[in-house]
Amino acid sequence: MSRIVAAMSGGVDSSVAAALLTRERGDDEVIGVWMRTHGEMPEGLEQSRSCCSPDAADDARRVAQLIGIPFFTLNVEKEFGARVIDAFVDSYLEGSTPNPCQACNQYIKFDELLRRGLAAYGADAVATGHYARLEHRDGRWRLMRAADTDKDQTYFLWVLDQAQLSRTRFPLGDLTKPEVRAMAADLTLPTAQKPESQEICFVPLGDYRDLLEERRGYAGDPGPIVDAGGTRVGTHTGYAHYTVGQRHGLGVALGEAVYVREVQPATNTVVIGRREEVSQRTFTVDGARFTAGGPPADRFDASVRIRHRAPDVPAEVTMVGRDRFVVETAEPVWAPAPGQAAVLYDAAECLGGGRITRSDG
Amino acid sequence: MAVYLDHAATSPLRPDVLEAMLPYLTTHGGNPSSLHASGRRARQGVDEAREVVAQGIGAQPREIVFTAGGTEADNLAIKGVAWAATSRGRHVITTAVEHKAVLHAAAILERSGFEVTVLPVDRYGRVDPIDVAAAMTERTTLVSVMAANNEVGTLQPIAAIGEIVRGHGAKLHVDAIQFAAHEPIDVDAWQADLVSLSAHKLGGPQGVGALFVRRGTQMLPQMQGGSQERQRRAGTENVAGIVGFGAAVRFPVDAGTDRLRDLAGRLRAGLLSFEGVGLTGHPEDRLPNNVSVVIDGVEGGDLVAALDLEGIETSTGSACTSGSTEPSHVLLAMGIDPHLAHGSLRLTLGRETSEADLDATLAALGTVLPRLRSAVGLRPKATVPA
Repeated sequence: MSRIVAAMSGGVDSSVAAALLTRERGDDEVIGVWMRTHGEMPEGLEQSRSCCSPDAADDARRVAQLIGIPFFTLNVEKEFGARVIDAFVDSYLEGSTPNPCQACNQYIKFDELLRRGLAAYGADAVATGHYARLEHRDGRWRLMRAADTDKDQTYFLWVLDQAQLSRTRFPLGDLTKPEVRAMAADLTLPTAQKPESQEICFVPLGDYRDLLEERRGYAGDPGPIVDAGGTRVGTHTGYAHYTVGQRHGLGVALGEAVYVREVQPATNTVVIGRREEVSQRTFTVDGARFTAGGPPADRFDASVRIRHRAPDVPAEVTMVGRDRFVVETAEPVWAPAPGQAAVLYDAAECLGGGRITRSDG
Repeated sequence: MAVYLDHAATSPLRPDVLEAMLPYLTTHGGNPSSLHASGRRARQGVDEAREVVAQGIGAQPREIVFTAGGTEADNLAIKGVAWAATSRGRHVITTAVEHKAVLHAAAILERSGFEVTVLPVDRYGRVDPIDVAAAMTERTTLVSVMAANNEVGTLQPIAAIGEIVRGHGAKLHVDAIQFAAHEPIDVDAWQADLVSLSAHKLGGPQGVGALFVRRGTQMLPQMQGGSQERQRRAGTENVAGIVGFGAAVRFPVDAGTDRLRDLAGRLRAGLLSFEGVGLTGHPEDRLPNNVSVVIDGVEGGDLVAALDLEGIETSTGSACTSGSTEPSHVLLAMGIDPHLAHGSLRLTLGRETSEADLDATLAALGTVLPRLRSAVGLRPKATVPA
């Protein structure tokens, strides 16, 4: 008999994932775990659609009761605060675009839940409601795109290594979202009709600027907006309020659409450019990790994705260090933003990825 | 069948108590305030229970106010007496290890302009009567000290404190909710003016409590409505619950005390055989059924979950505070290192606890402790899951 921890957020996906596990478990024992990631927000600011509200805990508990599994709450506030919220804030302060959902997956759902799940519950695997698939072929675990390509979440899972993949289950990998909702309705789960969570769960009202001030004392310091030639064309409210690719909130009228091309913390400068100036064919990636443990070759072809749900682009990848590679795409890609993940695929298999570096870094 | 070692959280309803309650949930329906036969029958059940509860603590029936639980009794005592005595003063004294029902009620008074003194405790969780005497002023109207701590089981020197409080002309409230299940109570020996009790710690039903209010004690009701409970607690009585409370009190509390003390001693010795385990609470002056420890290198919540999956039901801190990130305020007040306080485990024994239960508990700890403490990295699993 083995034990599986089902990570339950209170949303429809993880609810159905847990229910499917109990249906197919055979001799396995399923344990539902909801993670408290941050303290409760003041009444009225709490987002009922976020995965971390008291409402979400209630929903997760009710689902666990209905499908008949033990349910525990795991407090990960400390880890979430450091690894996700602080990292989110620091990312803006270094002129990069944060990737909190990926950080949460990496550090909280897999590192922390897997580590503590094994220790506390004697479990040997963790199951989540992610849309992704796993295959064991030719002696190793492979992270595969979900059958529902529109919902595929491998973009957030590229950090998983062989040890983690071997102890992970994705019960929803072969299902589409409508199928999952239908199952939730069949099982009369209270989460069946719950809307998708969209916002960043720890940013009340969706404005991260308050968080910069609250956690790092950054209130914003106005500075120049310049064009590609260095000519000042406007004033910004503080460099950390801008990210690469951003169009709105620039307050400059140059007769055509302009976008943030670069954020320079050292000089408190925001550089803008026309659409074609913001696209690139070559960029560098560091913090590389490969699901197989290493890259397939020093130079290899792959398709690359640089934001969730963006199209994949054929590219040539060249390793320039142990955890660093250069991507050259067949066609220009829109605004590779420093800090965002560049994730590599070989057809349906996710090979790994890394974080896009700043052009000066 | 799980091993239940969480009697301080709630003690399972005794079969004889359920039997006593059943008629009042079925055939003996009626509102005790009604004048007709059904009402009179319900009133009789409440009156008889009131006599039994009063007799159990050396009080008069008229001095017993039934409430919806121990928390309500604590709130009624503290707010009700503090507000009734404002012409004399607005100073309340309590201790750092009280239940949240007392501490939060006192905090609300503080927000309303009362002065609240929270007395420290020693490393065993005991308050020094000398500190009580030193804190008393002519404005002090109420002192609230628990008889036995719900987390670590330490007993307080209530009679000595009662002497001091009475000497100053203030009122003494005693939260005896944990104490009542294990030791006989004599409200006169304590010189207590108010004593909180709860039925479900005695094998009675949940949702019923009582407050002893010594005759002549001024108290403002905290619930407005009808004239039930001599206008001290409005609302239709929980008749079946109150009858169950009476039935639970009829059971002699000291009947199993020696047996529990022996079992608890055995369990303590077994726990100490594990590395990194320290006892908390007073070594002798403690509840006979309470075994409290801190365990280095584990998170209490994780330990409770791990034991639960092995069929052993326990708690960390108290049942009311689990789930929060803060370590127990009781352990912190006792000067226990916050890091260590996170790894607290409370095992509370009851009537049906057997030696085999303790063996199973120690065996389960032997399984889960090394696992919880292991920080080894993950290795890939070679096998393909089915």
